[in-house]
Amino acid sequence: MRNLVILGGGTAGTMMSAKMRRALDPKEWSITIVDQDNEHIYQPGLLFIPFGIYRAKDVVKPRSRYVPSGVDLVLSEIDVIDHEANEVRLADGSTLPYDFLVIATGSRIVPAEVEGLTGPGWHENIFDFYTLEGAQGLFRALERFEEGRLVLNVAEMPIKCPVAPLEFMFLADWYFHQKGVRDKVELVYATPLDGAFTKPRASSLLGGLLEKKGVKVETLFNVSSVDGEARTISSWDERVLSYDLLVTIPTHMGSEAVERSGLGDDLAFVPTNKHTLQADAAENIFVIGDATNLPSSKAGSVAHFQGEVLEKNLLRAIEGRELLPDFDGHANCFIESGFDKAVLIDFNYDTEPLPGRFPLPGVGPMSLLQESEANHWGKMAFRWIYWNQLLAGKELPLVDSKMSLLGKWS
Amino acid sequence: MTTELLAGLNIELDAEGFLVNADQWTPEIAEEIARRSGIEPLTDRHWTVIDFCRKDAADQGTPPTIRRITKNTDVSTKEIYQLFPKGPGILASRIAGLTKPKGCI
Repeated sequence: MRNLVILGGGTAGTMMSAKMRRALDPKEWSITIVDQDNEHIYQPGLLFIPFGIYRAKDVVKPRSRYVPSGVDLVLSEIDVIDHEANEVRLADGSTLPYDFLVIATGSRIVPAEVEGLTGPGWHENIFDFYTLEGAQGLFRALERFEEGRLVLNVAEMPIKCPVAPLEFMFLADWYFHQKGVRDKVELVYATPLDGAFTKPRASSLLGGLLEKKGVKVETLFNVSSVDGEARTISSWDERVLSYDLLVTIPTHMGSEAVERSGLGDDLAFVPTNKHTLQADAAENIFVIGDATNLPSSKAGSVAHFQGEVLEKNLLRAIEGRELLPDFDGHANCFIESGFDKAVLIDFNYDTEPLPGRFPLPGVGPMSLLQESEANHWGKMAFRWIYWNQLLAGKELPLVDSKMSLLGKWS
Repeated sequence: MTTELLAGLNIELDAEGFLVNADQWTPEIAEEIARRSGIEPLTDRHWTVIDFCRKDAADQGTPPTIRRITKNTDVSTKEIYQLFPKGPGILASRIAGLTKPKGCI
């Protein structure tokens, strides 16, 4: 019996366990998936919790429900990956030997990386929305918020879902309008980037939307510290912004187990071949999703597109065949823009988001790089697709892992 | 893409002012790009950062992040923002003749 071990039961890991269980003969291969707890969070849904659109029950389900039969789910923290001995040691003292290993341990926020962020005011008038408790705390804080200055700060790139902070601002504009207090609330977006987003073309569209909605943008703002008593946030070049409510997207890092194993870069992301998804450290280790150090977005859609390449390459590696350099950095993101509209962008390592119709070239029904209601309904429908199709490792209708230029124009 | 006369040589720059051909880089060109970005003159402390960026990019195939620079040199985050104001990662890379850092996704 040979062993495939998958570390992480989130989007990427769960999906890979389903794909590989179908692809590998159960008489020859055992598949084990490890996670520290049994709560699978639909992370794109966290954005909607602060605004009361979703509640916890809409985004949390037991991991065990989505891990297919024939795959062993082990609930334990990971102590260390010993890539020379080909084994994973768990915090409960047990050891999992592997023939092939998939690292899908994701990324986590580390608020303590910014001086003062977790000091006075943390989870009182300073919140993240990348954790369930942060998002729920922010829901209550927004309910109380009638007037003042809301500052959203992105601490450092890369972050999960690089469009989520923008979506937060668009939804905040909508939320305060609904509440009838928009004229008493100042919205400030403080980003380390030189514009609203990383890709120039989308950045100008999204920057225009921020402006239209009256959100003030503070660019190249690299946060140095937060003073929770004075309610100010400072940058390394000594700009100071005051806030009444601070929404932070803290520094993201890979898993502590990766760090302990010496397999991570400065932020504990695993150096990975950007086209084959093989770890630089060992031929029998592959990496998928947010855990990689790749210059692709940290997003579920990216994990999905990587999954199709990874399945093929794992099978090739098992058979001793050459790997396919097929991952092109494809990402596909819905950007909720408020008032029941959304923008859809589709891009890869080399091609900027372009306008067009999606997924059927020329037809749609969704529109790329512009706001539409169809895009919004696409985003809301995605939650069902996520739980029922994506985690089960099924192909999404009409969307290929490689980005297509059909139906797009420049 | 434009061609500009830098330190007496015709140098191709991309739309964001990064060298198109890394082989054309010289310390004099670095001084010139720095001057155009409002940094003059380049001190030993600037060169500590620039030299590390060039060495690390040659080893790693990609320009280092600010976090990586401060971890591997004696330059603190505070100081690097004083040396290369606003966006030190981008600015140091441009002066060092490297590509735009990919840390931004």
